[in-house]
Amino acid sequence: MRDLTDRALDTADSLGATYADVRIVSRRDESISVKTGRVEGVAMGESEGFGVRVLVDGAWGFAASHRLELDEADRVAGLAVRIARASATALRNQVTLDDRPPASGTYETPVEEDPFKIPIARKIDDLVAADRAASSVKGVAFTESIYAATRESKTFAASDGSYTEQTTTHVGGAVEANAIDGDELQRRSYPDAGGGYRAAGYEYIRSLDLAGRAEGLAEEAVALLTAPQCPPGRRTIVLDPSQLYMQVHESCGHPSELDRVFGTEASYAGTSFLTTDKLESGFRYGSDLVTIVADATAPGGMGTFGWDDEGVAAEAVPLVKDGIFVGYLSSRETAPRIGRGSGGAMRADGWNRIPLIRMTNVNMLPVPGMSLDEIVADTDDGLYLANNRSWSIDDRRLNFQFSTEVAYEIKGGKKGRLFRNATYTGITYEFWRSCDAVGDERSFVMLGTPNCGKGEPVQTAHVGHAVSGARFRDVQVGVGKW
Amino acid sequence: MKAVDTQTRAGWTRAPSGDGALEDDALQLAEEVVERAIGIGATEAEALVQVEDSALTRFANSEIHQNVAESNRSVNLRFVVGKRIAVLSTARTDEEGLRTLVRRASGVARSCEEYDEWAGLPTPDDSPRRPAVPAWSPATAEATPEFRADAVRAVIAAADAAGVAAYGSFSTGVEAVAIANSRGIRAAERRSSAHLLTVHMSPDGGNGYAEDLSMDASTIDAAGLGREAATKARASDNAIGLPPGDYPVVLEEYAVVDITDMLGYLGFSALAVQEGRSFVEPGKRIASDLVTVIDDGADPAGLPMAFDYEGVAKQRVTMLEAGICRDVVYDAQTAARDGRRSTGHGLPAPNPYGPFPLNTVMSPGTSSREELVGGLERGLLVTRFHYTNPVHPKLAIITGMTRDGTFLVEGGELVGPVRNLRYTQSYLDALAGVSAVGSSRKTVRGFLGGAVVPAVRIDAWTFTGATEH
Repeated sequence: MRDLTDRALDTADSLGATYADVRIVSRRDESISVKTGRVEGVAMGESEGFGVRVLVDGAWGFAASHRLELDEADRVAGLAVRIARASATALRNQVTLDDRPPASGTYETPVEEDPFKIPIARKIDDLVAADRAASSVKGVAFTESIYAATRESKTFAASDGSYTEQTTTHVGGAVEANAIDGDELQRRSYPDAGGGYRAAGYEYIRSLDLAGRAEGLAEEAVALLTAPQCPPGRRTIVLDPSQLYMQVHESCGHPSELDRVFGTEASYAGTSFLTTDKLESGFRYGSDLVTIVADATAPGGMGTFGWDDEGVAAEAVPLVKDGIFVGYLSSRETAPRIGRGSGGAMRADGWNRIPLIRMTNVNMLPVPGMSLDEIVADTDDGLYLANNRSWSIDDRRLNFQFSTEVAYEIKGGKKGRLFRNATYTGITYEFWRSCDAVGDERSFVMLGTPNCGKGEPVQTAHVGHAVSGARFRDVQVGVGKW
Repeated sequence: MKAVDTQTRAGWTRAPSGDGALEDDALQLAEEVVERAIGIGATEAEALVQVEDSALTRFANSEIHQNVAESNRSVNLRFVVGKRIAVLSTARTDEEGLRTLVRRASGVARSCEEYDEWAGLPTPDDSPRRPAVPAWSPATAEATPEFRADAVRAVIAAADAAGVAAYGSFSTGVEAVAIANSRGIRAAERRSSAHLLTVHMSPDGGNGYAEDLSMDASTIDAAGLGREAATKARASDNAIGLPPGDYPVVLEEYAVVDITDMLGYLGFSALAVQEGRSFVEPGKRIASDLVTVIDDGADPAGLPMAFDYEGVAKQRVTMLEAGICRDVVYDAQTAARDGRRSTGHGLPAPNPYGPFPLNTVMSPGTSSREELVGGLERGLLVTRFHYTNPVHPKLAIITGMTRDGTFLVEGGELVGPVRNLRYTQSYLDALAGVSAVGSSRKTVRGFLGGAVVPAVRIDAWTFTGATEH
């Protein structure tokens, strides 16, 4: 690897690059899909290549190739320089990078049971058992269960002498049941429709006990068909971690990305209401109970690593502290613009993509005092909402609307009957300011998504979210005509 | 490896696209992988080879901030032993890489349970072929970083002239796609695409948008797109709040594509019908008689493609005809389940999502833009939607936001810009309420492919919330 990284860096330097970095990435993945008790797909893939990023005349250029050969390193580095020079023809502000010590070392995800060493037949058996348990429930129309694992090995080298090697392993799994009656279609999933994911080995899949949970969730999908429509109104809602992590993701994680604040995502997913003046003024993002941290060191999170894709060491960056907006996800280019150092959030989706500011593990910290169950017991009249079904937020991350697979009525501190088709909506900062209870450590759990989209060409990132559940007052529930 | 005889091979599908070397090489590689798979015991095998050269220049705050290029090649092997199926992919196409690919595929396939419904890989189609349409343009293939930068500077110049800032991207790319299978399918094609989009943002709060998608990069009018977005951005300055509620709307083409794509995703897929989650029933009226939507991989206005990712020639499929459901798109597996042939809408295996219409075309109507807007007594003109997502898939209830230019219309005249609104709306109800369709169309990017759509006027649209900009 050193030969190729040295060659690419030397070529970029000789052609006039003032800074260059190169990433060699090999990725291995496997997935199993089971639908209604039948193995629908078993897939494995390998991808390998390298990308060279250069600064020339204050402008960025990037090129990538699947051919790991020295002459290709010359070609790709040369192309990156040529592209940077073309970029410089439409440049108004030269890029400057903050200083950081050269990065050096290795990192590896702790794994107890290597998912790639477990025979595929055993993994299929585990998934089929879960799926058949769900599909055996009377009234279920179709089921879907998934398993996925990804291992990425990455070598990073930069013209400042940085050289790191990292290997991360992520696994995920889920079981889902769907029930249909006429125009009504109801879904229940565990732990999440997109899958519960961790930076871990197959031990995480075993811990999910998909087969043990399948029948219960399938029965609930069927029960939802005859459940009443969730009544509209201003309500108290308690969000289960399976929904709260999506709320954090969309309404705190994305608007905290500093490149988005500076407009570089404007043409795709939009900008952010968390403008830099709000950092200076101490903007009240949420209630005193709301503390949110982007923590790239959190155990088990899919946003955990040793160094980001600019060679910045992993760290925990406060975003919201006691309700006050205090920081951003940032990079070496963006952080100096607000007088700070990079928070280490640059991540690329493979060798052929340029790093962007991405979430790491954006976690809402637990608050000592009440467990999630005790919060429910403390709620006289409300709704308990679990498992995301739909999500949408405006292009500045203010107006959001979510729907959940299930709503349980809370009366007198007890969870009762089911409601179907629950939706809730609000304005981000008003919603977070209405938070009056946050679960303690007992329900604090690492969740996340492997499908966070951003950038052009679109990149998908694996990001983590540890949350414990929380209660919100006076929220608009029930939207639209049904 | 012997040369491919492109004139006589059964199942051969190829569009005219230059000298053919790129796709011929890809097809040779696909054939080699199939032969290797059969050689170690596969009863059926399919190889999909994709070779890509693409680049994208991205700009924000009226300067280029990201400029990337990549070369990529991948092989996707579907290895079948009886009814046991595995799909493996690799980017390594040297001797060791291919040997590892087929050996591992063989091992995985033999470890799998039988797929009792397996209908076999598709076979060559004997029906008369439609005339091939070029899917590739040399101008796109020859696009350089400097070419893209020139276009971006033209967009920025239009923004500068209006005193607004430009944010967008210009991508160009070519790919060779080749599929071979052990039942005689041979398909290879070279495809190109170019896509320029820009959001212009005014210091007074206005936003505008423009986009063009084409096989041929030289047909994209960057300066014109820049002017369109700039005019819209200035027109939407100092927007005022409007209470949510039901309003008649005119949706520009950039918004209409979300409706056609979402309905393709939720309903017009054979798998969605077979699983009971689709709203489609043949002969059922779901839209106004002004609405006809087809999928046509041979429409030169879109991004043509001669075959799908199973190598099956793409058929023209009428999904909605004058408001009535006619047909859905199929891949090989869903077609076998219904006792018919694939319509050529398969995605790369494994594909639990089912077939998808990649080349949606909505028929034009007779109304000019002025007539569309002129027909609104009191309503809204919507440029595009943002972050849409199904709330209830079978009822096709979707939520999303308006974006980049929303305007109040009274007495058929634009009154002024309004702040963005959230909607929660059944797209089926919306199509049933289409009262006019634009006579011109635009080619825009959809979820997975290109779409050719007109603007429409709809009698009622349910807005359920508002935001601050």
